[in-house]
Amino acid sequence: MRHLLSVLVYNEPGVLSRVVGLFSGRGFNITSLNVAPILDLDANKTAPATKGKAQLIKEANVSLITITTSGDAQIMEQIIKQLHKLIPVIKVMNFEGIDTVQREMMLLKVNAFGDRREEILRIADIFRCKVVDVGLTDITLEVTGDYEKVEAIIGLYKKFGIKDLARAGTMAMRRSMQREGDRTR
Amino acid sequence: MELTGAQILLESLKREGVELIFGYPGGAVIEIYDALFHSDLRHILVRHEQGAAHAADGYARASGKTGVCLVTSGPGATNAVTGIATANSDSIPMVVLTGQVATHLIGNDAFQEVDTVGITRPCTKHNYIVKDIKTLAYTIREAFYLARSGRPGPVLVDLPKNVMAARHEFTWPETVGEMRSYNPTQEPNLKQLRLAVRRAILPAKRPLILSGGGVIRADACAELAEIAMQYQIPVVSTMMGLGSFPGNHPLWLGMLGMHGTVAANKAALEADTIIAVGTRFADRVTGKLSAFDRDSGTIVHIDIDPTSIKKNVNVKYPIVADCRKAVLKLREELAAAAGEQNWSEEHKDWLDTLETYKKDFPLSYAKNGEIKPQQVIEAISAIAGGDDTIITTEVGQHQMWTSQFYCFTRPRTLLSSGGLGTMGYGLPAAMGAQLARPDKKVVCIAGDGSIQMNSQEFATIVANRLPVKVVIINNGYLGMVRQWQELFFKRNYSYTNMEAQPDFVKLADAYGAEGYRVSEASELEPVLKKALFSPNPAIVDVRVAREENVYPMVPVGAALDNMIVL
Repeated sequence: MRHLLSVLVYNEPGVLSRVVGLFSGRGFNITSLNVAPILDLDANKTAPATKGKAQLIKEANVSLITITTSGDAQIMEQIIKQLHKLIPVIKVMNFEGIDTVQREMMLLKVNAFGDRREEILRIADIFRCKVVDVGLTDITLEVTGDYEKVEAIIGLYKKFGIKDLARAGTMAMRRSMQREGDRTR
Repeated sequence: MELTGAQILLESLKREGVELIFGYPGGAVIEIYDALFHSDLRHILVRHEQGAAHAADGYARASGKTGVCLVTSGPGATNAVTGIATANSDSIPMVVLTGQVATHLIGNDAFQEVDTVGITRPCTKHNYIVKDIKTLAYTIREAFYLARSGRPGPVLVDLPKNVMAARHEFTWPETVGEMRSYNPTQEPNLKQLRLAVRRAILPAKRPLILSGGGVIRADACAELAEIAMQYQIPVVSTMMGLGSFPGNHPLWLGMLGMHGTVAANKAALEADTIIAVGTRFADRVTGKLSAFDRDSGTIVHIDIDPTSIKKNVNVKYPIVADCRKAVLKLREELAAAAGEQNWSEEHKDWLDTLETYKKDFPLSYAKNGEIKPQQVIEAISAIAGGDDTIITTEVGQHQMWTSQFYCFTRPRTLLSSGGLGTMGYGLPAAMGAQLARPDKKVVCIAGDGSIQMNSQEFATIVANRLPVKVVIINNGYLGMVRQWQELFFKRNYSYTNMEAQPDFVKLADAYGAEGYRVSEASELEPVLKKALFSPNPAIVDVRVAREENVYPMVPVGAALDNMIVL
């Protein structure tokens, strides 16, 4: 089963390698991966007088790594615990069982000859894709959406011939309003 | 005052209470060695970097302090890797200092450059490269803190040559500060502990304590033993836990697992409640998981490392905490919840059953005219055993016989590579242990194969006048592999015959140690007495029965009660 984890880490050299190495070394699976520096929103919540290395290295900040992985409940528990055990890992967020907003981004270049251009654009319109580049024989689309939408679009455009594809891993955020009866509330 | 990086490093080590380091010089650490020569830190010059890492490990296991070793870049670091991985598997607090090429050369495939941090990432608790002298003192502080706190382990600090030569003001950070991303749970969850006490431990008809290496690491042995005795709960231990409970006590059932006693293995399967402390339920301990991980028994699992819990077996009452703190609280809670029961009466049936197993299936071996390896271990235990002796082992049959036939009564008296199973560990570890505990008798029990893996350290032992004793259980085979070949590969002894070996008596002589050979059973005791009580380092080469097997044995993948018994 597909699972999504967000891992907040100190943005220090080698930290991604530690996280990825943990997965490969212990035989866990990474389906997609997404990394970027973010704002350290939790910093104020912890004690203000942190005399750690953060103060010594000025540029110390945090990155968010979002990983889609697979495994049963026991494997997921191990993955989360093992991630916590890595020293630069500050927080692991497991989105299992909670309502989330999820987004992926994709750039897709599809063959678009003569009379097919119309249909390609119509599909793009239905899925609210953005045309970001046009060539004589192809159209490049920017797609954002959840995993299922992105998969569906790839499926649709396959028959036209996909010339090029770039896809970022999934990002996720907890929804502000959780549905009734949510066990995690 | 401005100090060089090397001076800051040594000053930081002193602030951490380091008295002794094991090391080997080289180009990338020459600045450090230059400063070391004028320092009052004691340095032991090993003969191979693997020896340095194992010696630091042995020092740590024997003393409870953090072991330190210092090696150069490239091959120095890679040679140390086996020692680092060994310490990592067995949760040994250790700080490994490696030289590195100058920062501007990193990535250029410079002379003696390897990606030390990359290579050691999966086999350390954490590692660092110090690229800025400003962070040096703090990094050393944090490295020691990480090595000995939580679940202990090796921490490596990679030190580029130019950083060691640079100069900077030395300021020692008084505290590590709060680490947001590292905060091991120390105190047990009381609610959970109370539930375990009231619902599992006190009502149990067939309780069992499983004591692991974590009990020794956390100094919780006496307190755990007190619980066992007070509530008449029998005790088994993993190999790493040997010495955590007195091996001569009636409640002691022996080691469990692949070469565990019948009583211990049967107890583990028949117990209705297992109180497992400081163990990770390794495959060598549990045997076939589906048999161990049964519904009928309840497991209360205390460990500092959350990843150890529910990794292999299902646990009803997980308690993440420092073993000592948890055991102290457990003792309190038991006292508060228990009535005035007569516990030997409460557990009488259980204890009687186990007593029958002990009587019916004692550890044994067939005596004939030959010297049996088990007999050698028994002789060492009888002659030199006791509180003042530390045993180290290599890996293989002799290690298992030592675990079975030597009576360990105190913690930190068995130093052995459990998790990684590193041949070549015992001799350098003995050296480290002897330096940590000059007051103790240190005996390395070795196989003829293992001893050849790090025998160069005899030179270090003799050079430092360490009275380490080595008893080689010499059967001319890589015995454990030969045993498997005999039992599971139709006696196809593929490359396990090692009859071609040095004359160990002459080897001892060549290094300047005492050498003895025992070929007749009648010579065994007198020679051991002479050698083990000599003030000098000594090697005793004991020619034992060649094809003796370690029994009981649970084949790989079999349930614990599926034992091959003699």
